[in-house]
Amino acid sequence: MKKLRPILLRLSQVCLVLIGATFLVSVLIRQLPGDVAVLINPAASLAERAALRQELGLDRNYFSAYWMWLSQMLQGDFGFFIFGGKVLPVLKTAIPPTLQLIFYTQIVALTIAIPLGITSAYKQGTRFDRTISTTLFSISSIPNFGIGLILSLLIGVKIGILPPSGYRPISEGLIQHFRLMVLPVMTLAIAPISTYTRLLRAEMIAALREDYVLLAMSKGLSDRRILLRHVLRPSCTTLMTSAALSMGGLIGGALVIEIIFVIPGMGTQLAKAIGTREFMAIQTYVAFIALFYVTFNSVVDILIGVVDPRTRNRRA
Amino acid sequence: MAGSGKLHLRLDSDPLLVVQDLVVQYKVNRKSFVSAVAGISFDVLRGETLAIVGESGCGKSTLGKAIMQLPRPQGGTVVLDGVDITALDGNDLRDVRPKVQMIFQDAISSLDPRLQVKNIIDEPLKVWKKGTAAERSIKVDNLLNSVGLDPVVVRDRRPYEFSGGQCQRISIARAIALDPVLLVCDEPVSALDVSIQAQILNLLQDMKEKLGLTLIFISHDLAVVKAVSTRVLVMYLGKICEVATPDDLYAHPAHHYSRALIAAVPIPDPEVGVDKIRVTGEPPSPVNPPSGCRFRTRCESASQRCAAEEPQLQEVGLGHFVACHHPVTN
Amino acid sequence: MNQLLKLSDFSVSFTTPRGDLHAVRGVDLSVAKGESIGIVGESGSGKTVLSRATMGLMPSTATCTGSVEFNGAPLSDLSHAEVRNYWGTGMAMIFQDPLTSLNPVRRIGSQLMEGLIVRLGMSKDQARARSVELLERVRIPDPYAAMKKYPGELSGGMRQRIVIAIAIACTPELLFADEPTTALDVTVQAQVLELLAELRQEFNMTMILVTHDLGVVAGQTDRVVVMYAGEIVEAAVTKDLFANMKMPYTEALMKSIPRLDQASGQRLRVITGRLPDPTTPEPGCSFAPRCEYATDKCRAEKPPLVTMQNGHQYRCFFPIGGSL
Ligand SMILES: Nc1ncnc2c1ncn2[C@@H]1O[C@H](COP(=O)(O)OP(=O)(O)OP(=O)(O)O)[C@@H](O)[C@H]1O
Ligand SMILES: Nc1ncnc2c1ncn2[C@@H]1O[C@H](COP(=O)(O)OP(=O)(O)O)[C@@H](O)[C@H]1O
Ligand code: SF4
Ligand code: SF4
Ligand SMILES: [Mg+2]
Ligand SMILES: [Mg+2]
Repeated sequence: MKKLRPILLRLSQVCLVLIGATFLVSVLIRQLPGDVAVLINPAASLAERAALRQELGLDRNYFSAYWMWLSQMLQGDFGFFIFGGKVLPVLKTAIPPTLQLIFYTQIVALTIAIPLGITSAYKQGTRFDRTISTTLFSISSIPNFGIGLILSLLIGVKIGILPPSGYRPISEGLIQHFRLMVLPVMTLAIAPISTYTRLLRAEMIAALREDYVLLAMSKGLSDRRILLRHVLRPSCTTLMTSAALSMGGLIGGALVIEIIFVIPGMGTQLAKAIGTREFMAIQTYVAFIALFYVTFNSVVDILIGVVDPRTRNRRA
Repeated sequence: MAGSGKLHLRLDSDPLLVVQDLVVQYKVNRKSFVSAVAGISFDVLRGETLAIVGESGCGKSTLGKAIMQLPRPQGGTVVLDGVDITALDGNDLRDVRPKVQMIFQDAISSLDPRLQVKNIIDEPLKVWKKGTAAERSIKVDNLLNSVGLDPVVVRDRRPYEFSGGQCQRISIARAIALDPVLLVCDEPVSALDVSIQAQILNLLQDMKEKLGLTLIFISHDLAVVKAVSTRVLVMYLGKICEVATPDDLYAHPAHHYSRALIAAVPIPDPEVGVDKIRVTGEPPSPVNPPSGCRFRTRCESASQRCAAEEPQLQEVGLGHFVACHHPVTN
Repeated sequence: MNQLLKLSDFSVSFTTPRGDLHAVRGVDLSVAKGESIGIVGESGSGKTVLSRATMGLMPSTATCTGSVEFNGAPLSDLSHAEVRNYWGTGMAMIFQDPLTSLNPVRRIGSQLMEGLIVRLGMSKDQARARSVELLERVRIPDPYAAMKKYPGELSGGMRQRIVIAIAIACTPELLFADEPTTALDVTVQAQVLELLAELRQEFNMTMILVTHDLGVVAGQTDRVVVMYAGEIVEAAVTKDLFANMKMPYTEALMKSIPRLDQASGQRLRVITGRLPDPTTPEPGCSFAPRCEYATDKCRAEKPPLVTMQNGHQYRCFFPIGGSL
C-alpha cells in the first residue's frame, strides 16, 4: 500500500492533465471559423442543420459537449469522420509510425549524445571539444523542416542511397522499414543531440569538480571507470529530465516531419483533419498525443527516482 | 509538558527576554513529528551574552529562530521587553520584529547575491521608512564604517566578491541597521578561518558595547563560547542540560554531557594530556527520544531513575544549574 | 631514517585569467615512514593544493615543478597512468567535507568495494566481507545495513568514517587527511581523531594531517609544518614548535585562537588584514604587511628558510627569542 501510494498519486495527476488538455482543445476547436453543418451539406435546410448540430453535440455548452465526447471515448467510441468513416481504424494505422519515429529519434539522439557529451567533458577545452560544440551549435540553429528538406533532396534524391520519402510498416519488411526511417529520424534527432550533448557536457564538467570524483580518483580507478560509474550517473538525472521535456518539441517536430517525408502518421492525419474541420477526429488525435507525452514523462520521472536516490527520500 | 524546570529563571531582575516552555515541532511525515525544541525555558538579562551550545542537530538554530517567531513555536511563551510576542500577530508582530535581528553561519549565502552591498543594508531601512534616500545613504556608510569596511570600496559591489569574513561584516551591518535590542548570532564564526574568526568576535564585542546590545550566541565551539559569553546554556536533543557562567561551567561541569563536550575540545598545547572522557556514538533520533533523561543512552552514570524520571534543573552552585539525577561531583 | 616521501623545491601554479597564481612555492619536505606530520595555515595558504599536487590529483590548469619522490620512486617523472598505480595502495586521501566526498547516487557498499575489486583484484564476495570488516573497524553500527544505504541517509560523522574506511581499504602507506574534522562538531571530531590515531598505529600508516586548528595538530602529530602564502614558514617537532615558536606568524595564529584554558571575557588578539594576493607575490617577506615586527628589510628582501641545529626551521629575519 505504501509503495502504491506515489503511483496512484501519479496516475491521478496524469488523468487530470489529460482531461485538462482535451477540454482545452474541445473548446478551441469550436472557435474554428465555419459552420460544420454547412460544410457537410451546403444544401441542408435550417431544420436539417439543427438536427445535425444536435447529433454532433454542437448545440450543447462546452462542458456538456466535452462530457459527451469523453463518455464516448471511454466506451471505446473514438468518433467518426463527418465525411464518413470511423476514426478508430485510421488511428490504428497512424499511431505506430509516429511512435516509431519518436522512439527511434530518442534512442539515436541519446546514443550519439551520451558518448559525445562524455568525451567533450573529459577533453574539456581541447580542439575536439570546441569543434563539437561549434558544429552542434550551428546545425541546431537550422529549423528541422529545413534540415529535413535538405537531407531528403541531397541524400534521397541527388545521391539516392536512401529512399527520399515514404513509410513501410515493420510487418512488410524490416530492412525497408528502417531504410525509410533513417532520414526522418536523422532530421528529428539533430536538435535533441545538440541539446543533450551540451547539457551532459556541462553537467559532467560540474560533477568532475566534485570531491567525490577526487575521492574516486584517489582510489586509483581508471578514468574510464570514474567517468562511467561516478560522473555519468549523477549527471543523468538532468539528461533524463531534459529528454522528457524535449518530448513536446519532438512530437511537434514529428508531426511536421511526417508531412515532409510522407509518413502516414498522426501528423499527416492531424493536418488532414484540421484542413477539413474534422473536429471529432482532431480531438481524438490530440487526446492521444497528450497521452504519449504524459506517459513518457511519468516513465522518466519514475526512472529518475531509480537512478538518483537523492530525488527519492529527501531527508532533513 | 514536563519541562526541565525553571529554577534558573531570574524574573525579578527584569530580563530583556524570557522564554518559557518553548516547544518547536517539525513534521517528519503524515504521522510523526520531531520536537526540535522540547519545552525549554531561559531568560537573558540586558547586556548579557547568552551562549547556547550543543551538538549538531540538538535544536540550537531552531531555538534561535523560534525566538523570532520563524517558524511560530507550537507551545510556550516568548516575552521580549515585557511583551509576549507569541500572542501577537499581523502588524503588531511586524512592529516588534526589528527589535530582534539574526546573523547566520553561512554569511555569503544569507546575503542576496543580486543586490549591491549598499542595497542589502539599505533594504531594512527602506522597508521601515527610516529617513529619506539621502539620509539612509549616510546611515549605510556609517554602518559600513562601523563594521570596519570602507564604504567607498564596498558600496557598489555584490556579496560574491567578498570573502566569508567580509560577508559576515556586511551581515552584521545589516542586522544592526534597525537598532535592534537583541542580536541572535547563529554560529557566526564557524565557517571562518581562525584569524578572521578573532576579528569578527572582537567586532561583535565592540558592537555590543557601543550599541548596548544583548546577544544570544549559538555555537558548537566551546572555546569560542568561553571567550565571548557571560552565561552558557548547554542543550541536548531539544532540552536543557546545564546553565552556568562560562568560568563555572568549564571549571566544574556538573552535567555528564557538558563534561564530555568540554573534554572533546582539542587544546593547542602538546604538553597537556588529552582528557579521556568521551561520549561514544551519536545522538539518538529526536523523533523517538529516550524516556526520562534524554542523554541516558550515552551516559556512563545512567541509572534506573534516569530512564523513569525526567531530571529537573537544580542549583548546584551560585547561578549554576543542572538537570541531572546524579550530577558530576569534583 | 627511512624516508617515505620527499618533496624538493616543489611548486604549483595555476593559469588563471588574472595571471599565474602561485599556490605552492618552493616547498622542501621529507616525511619518514610511520611519522605523523601536521600542515597548518590559514585558508588559502596552499595546504590543500600541496597535498593534492603531491598525490598528482590536479586539474589540467595546474603546473607542478620540482620533484616528488615516493618510496624512492620519482613520481613527478611518471605519467598519469603510472602515478595512478600508487593511488589507493600507496597513498590515499580523506577530504574535508564528508557531505560532498561520497557519490550521492551510489550505495556505500559499492563505493567501498570498488577499490578492493579494482585495485586488489578481490572477488565480489571477498570485497563485501572485507568492506564489512572495514566498516566495523571504523565503528559503523550495523555495517550490513550501512552497505546498502546511500550517503544521503547518514549523518556527517558517519559519512566521514566511511570516507576513512574507503581511504584505508587498500592499506595505503601514506594517508593524507585534508581537514578531516573541520566540518564536524567537537564530540565527533574527537571520535574521528581518535579513530585515525588508532588506525595509524594498527596499519603502521604515515599520515599528513592538514588542518587550520593548532589544537588538533598539538594532540595528533609528531612534527608540524606551518604554511603561509604557499611557502613553508616554520617547521619543527610538535613539542618544540609549541614551546619555542620562532615565526611571528605562528605566534600570531596561536594568539588569535580562543582557548579553554584562558579566563573568559578576554579580548582576542587578531592578525589584521588578509593573505597576500597569490597572483602578485610580495617582493620581501610575504607576512610583512601583517607582521607587527616588520622592518624595511622585511619588505625589501625575502627571508630564507633557516634551519637550526635541532632541525627547527623558520623563515624570518627577526625570529622570536632571537636567532640561535
Ligand atoms: N525544516 C525542518 N524540517 C524538519 N526537521 C528539521 C527542520 N529543521 C531542523 N529540523 C530538525 O530539528 C532538529 C534540530 O535542528 P537544528 O537545525 O535546530 O539543530 P542545530 O543544533 O542548529 O544543529 P547544527 O549545529 O547542525 O546547526 C534536527 O533533528 C533537525 O533534523
Ligand atoms: N583549481 C584551482 N585553480 C586556481 N586556483 C586554485 C585552485 N585550487 C586552489 N587555488 C588557489 O590556490 C591557493 C591555495 O589554496 P588551497 O591549497 O586550497 O588553500 P588551503 O587548503 O590552505 O585553504 C588559493 O589562493 C586558491 O585560491
Ligand atoms: S540524569 Fe542520569 S542519564 Fe542523565 S546525565 Fe544525569 S546521570 Fe546521566
Ligand atoms: S621577516 Fe620580518 S615581516 Fe617577515 S615574519 Fe619576520 S619579522 Fe615579520
Ligand atoms: Mg544550526
Ligand atoms: Mg583546504
